[in-house]
Amino acid sequence: VCVSVFQWSLVVHEFNKYFYFLLQEIKALLALRGKPFIPDEKFKEKIKSYYTSRSAFELWGHGQTHSELRASLLSYQSENMSPFMHKDSTYRINIYTFNKTLEFTDRIKRIDALDYLPFEGTVNLKSPQHIFCLLEDYGTDPNNIPEHPNSVYFGRWLADGQRELIHSHSVKNRHFIGNTSMDAGLSFIMANHAKVKENDLVFDPFVGTGSLLVACSHFGAYVCGTDIDYNTIHGRGRSSRKNQKWRGPDENIKANLRQYGTEKTFLDVMVSDSSKSVWREAALFDAIITDPPYGIRESTRRTGSHKDITKPPDGIYLESHIPVSQAYHLSDIFTDLLNFSAHHLVMGGRLVYWLPVYRPEYCEEMVPLNPCFQLISNCEQTLSSHTSRRLITMEKIKEPEELDSLTHLADPRFSPYQGHNAFREKYFSGLNKRRGKEDNKLDFNDVQSKNASR
Amino acid sequence: MKLLTHNMLTSHVKGVTKGYPLLIKATEVKVNEVEFNPQFVSRMIPKLEWSALVQAAEEDLPGELVADYETNEEFLKKVHRILLEVEVLEGCLQCPESGREFPISRGIPNMLLNEDEA
Repeated sequence: VCVSVFQWSLVVHEFNKYFYFLLQEIKALLALRGKPFIPDEKFKEKIKSYYTSRSAFELWGHGQTHSELRASLLSYQSENMSPFMHKDSTYRINIYTFNKTLEFTDRIKRIDALDYLPFEGTVNLKSPQHIFCLLEDYGTDPNNIPEHPNSVYFGRWLADGQRELIHSHSVKNRHFIGNTSMDAGLSFIMANHAKVKENDLVFDPFVGTGSLLVACSHFGAYVCGTDIDYNTIHGRGRSSRKNQKWRGPDENIKANLRQYGTEKTFLDVMVSDSSKSVWREAALFDAIITDPPYGIRESTRRTGSHKDITKPPDGIYLESHIPVSQAYHLSDIFTDLLNFSAHHLVMGGRLVYWLPVYRPEYCEEMVPLNPCFQLISNCEQTLSSHTSRRLITMEKIKEPEELDSLTHLADPRFSPYQGHNAFREKYFSGLNKRRGKEDNKLDFNDVQSKNASR
Repeated sequence: MKLLTHNMLTSHVKGVTKGYPLLIKATEVKVNEVEFNPQFVSRMIPKLEWSALVQAAEEDLPGELVADYETNEEFLKKVHRILLEVEVLEGCLQCPESGREFPISRGIPNMLLNEDEA
């Protein structure tokens, strides 16, 4: 039985919180290639762009149960296995379980159960030539761990992922960070989800400190962004670094790109209100990647007069008129974002963004839709017990002109997020009331470290 | 602000219908050296409003796009220079219909409108 090259796929070595992101990332990367590929040296180079994996694997078989895995492995061509299993080779088998801890004896049982595979080499635990991995996925809910895994995979370790890249791009080392600078790994994941490639034009309408642009420029895309906050764009104001009062004059997005040698791909950043587009009506961008404000860490704002005026941060350098901002309802942000993207993305271009979610009320229908888009993926990252954010990837499949102008109004799914409007209120209702609504000093790291220790 | 960006911007002052292209009133312009990437320039050309670029460039760019520009390296180099190397550091962009000015400071345009203009 000939194994189709489409069955070459890669699975994360260490199941961690990014597992589901990885699967989508893989699909996006496979789609980007468009055609089947041979897993040779070139392929191994491509593996290096799988940011979520510490290592990546050549998948030999998978299934929803161990017997399915066995059937899958038995249909894998033996000539693809034998180079790594011949009698003069050494190997070891690792067992990895996501969301469950296995007893030592159970691990041994599983290794023993793989004896139907033609291992002819010798086991060497210290420095084997080949490492095989059995991976078991027990879902994502730590409070509801199934007895049997949802899916199992078996494969051979191939090459290191780009954890080193993530480390070198760590926000701690980066010149210019803000309170909401994207975790370096996630920026690259977002760029992969958006199928960002060399010579693309990428836009971030809530650019902040430019974390996402930095990741995209690494792929050779030319980047631009806008943000309503004058001081962030200019690199001024209170510093996010612990021991620093004011941001230095060289702290700006361009400097970040320069640090990574991708300055040539920096187009522009501008001070602008994303709810009021400044771009001419044309399919300008190959991808739109963004992390809109949730209204928790950074306050959501939009120009226009309103009773609800946000207090400007202290010590801002008033060089030009900073207009009065009004509260920008969360649902409007996403409706505007989807609408903007429909008008300004190329056909087939992708929109990738974070959607904040109040978990107790979340349902799939809440993900905003737009008739010009197809929903590609929806991956959750838990922030706290009652909040999370979802990485949404959408692909443009229709031009706005092709639609009946009333289409998007007719379908209630095209603005379903309205029920989530009180995200800020719901978020804070679970916290100490003393902090109050307008507290912008909430430390994201507190939430993250609480989450990590679970 | 680079001229590639300028080519894509339009005035969004309320009520304005002919807000493109914005007029450039520069008080400080810089020409940087940016690595020439012919593929990127070729990809961008179809997205451009050519006449607006010619107008902004004030240089000898042909009034109409040349045929097979993808292989014309000399032409691409010219376009590259205009799109990516010329940078307006100080000045403003002016709406051609309303006259409203959007300031450019340290190379960064401020496109925010006031409450009454939005």
